[in-house]
Amino acid sequence: MIRMSRALVALSTALLVSGAMAQPTDDSLYRAWGEKAGIQAVMQDFVTRLQADARMAPFFKSANREHLVTQLTEQLCQQAGGPCVYKGVPMKEAHESMDIGRRDFNALVEVLQQSMDARGIPFAAQNAMLARLAPMHRDVINRP
Amino acid sequence: MTLRVSRAAAAVAAALLATAGAAHAGDGKLLLTGGVSSIDGAAGGGLTPWAVTGSYATTGEVGATVFVTGAKTGDYGLKTYGVAVSWHDRLELSLARQDLDTQDNLAPLGLGGLHLKQDILGVKLRVAGDAVLESDSWMPQVAVGLEHKRTDAGALGPTLFGPLGARRSGTDAYVSATKLFLAPGVLVNVTLRATRANQNGLLGFGGAQGRGTQLKPEASVAKLLAKNVAIGAEFRTKPDNLNRSVLGEGALKENAWFDVFVAWAPTKQVSLTAAYVDLGRIAPAVQPRRQTGAYLSAQLAF
Repeated sequence: MIRMSRALVALSTALLVSGAMAQPTDDSLYRAWGEKAGIQAVMQDFVTRLQADARMAPFFKSANREHLVTQLTEQLCQQAGGPCVYKGVPMKEAHESMDIGRRDFNALVEVLQQSMDARGIPFAAQNAMLARLAPMHRDVINRP
Repeated sequence: MTLRVSRAAAAVAAALLATAGAAHAGDGKLLLTGGVSSIDGAAGGGLTPWAVTGSYATTGEVGATVFVTGAKTGDYGLKTYGVAVSWHDRLELSLARQDLDTQDNLAPLGLGGLHLKQDILGVKLRVAGDAVLESDSWMPQVAVGLEHKRTDAGALGPTLFGPLGARRSGTDAYVSATKLFLAPGVLVNVTLRATRANQNGLLGFGGAQGRGTQLKPEASVAKLLAKNVAIGAEFRTKPDNLNRSVLGEGALKENAWFDVFVAWAPTKQVSLTAAYVDLGRIAPAVQPRRQTGAYLSAQLAF
């Protein structure tokens, strides 16, 4: 009995070690979005719409367009499981000087949905991305 | 009593709407996240309330919805219409009127063409969670609610409220939990209702041989096919207080309700819901057939 338990411990340790070494990152969402080029195309459309949308323009109109596209592309690429690392300002820090409510966060989601539709991202891949981005509301929304 | 309650509700609703002038219009939530209007007036699916509040009003906003719903089964027709006001995605007040046309099913009792009606005043409070923003958490959005109902049974009243022993009014209390799985676009709601309503209240509340208030589960599952289209199914269990009555065992037995639906919201101002409903058998002593049929609902949001 003890021998069997030891064998189980050894086996589970081996599995854990191999799991840690392999680190199989799931990049299926990254691929569904057309990899980095696909993400970047959506983000270019997104930033154009953000700067034109009456609800979003007050937040984004003075932002540097190319910088914003690069930062967003890196961020979504990383969230999608792609080979990118977001090196920009942490989300909380980036938003704390602005007055952002749920209404504003949801409006941004609606603009992103317009861009995803415009660039032909399949609905399932849209929702998979939104599910990964939604937790950011904790760092972005700062008005109860 | 009902009139007084309705007036009070209208006054509160008007006051809440008045505060909307200072706030934003109720359009800050995402499409379909306020559900549709249930037949009892509360936001939810069609047959059961959900933990969501109606309209597109989020924090800092006030919104309202009006709806009209018709259901046509083999032998009965149900019309219901009403209004709901939501405040800060937190509190919802609703008012609905139902009218069940029994057609000629009660003709053997000399009551051909009878309409059974009821008014429903609802209040719902979101107490925990956020189904959309907190969808990465296992904590569902939770709301508690009350539905006060008053029945007008017309010429059936003397029998229903006499020998059958039902009461004219009753209050359902419920707790709803709504969980959204955002990545697959799947929503699950479970509602537990404390009720003694017969056929949702259209046949009064309780009965001479009936049991008291019981806890009855209701469940819904929905899937988003596109951001403005959802399909789903619902199941609602009900008490069976009039099963044993002076009319004989099983004469007024009632069954659970079931539906499959498709809801479409072309804009935030309009949603249309179509469903196939199975309301089980209604008063099988006079009409033994299962009542299945079509359900159509339209909602406007402000």
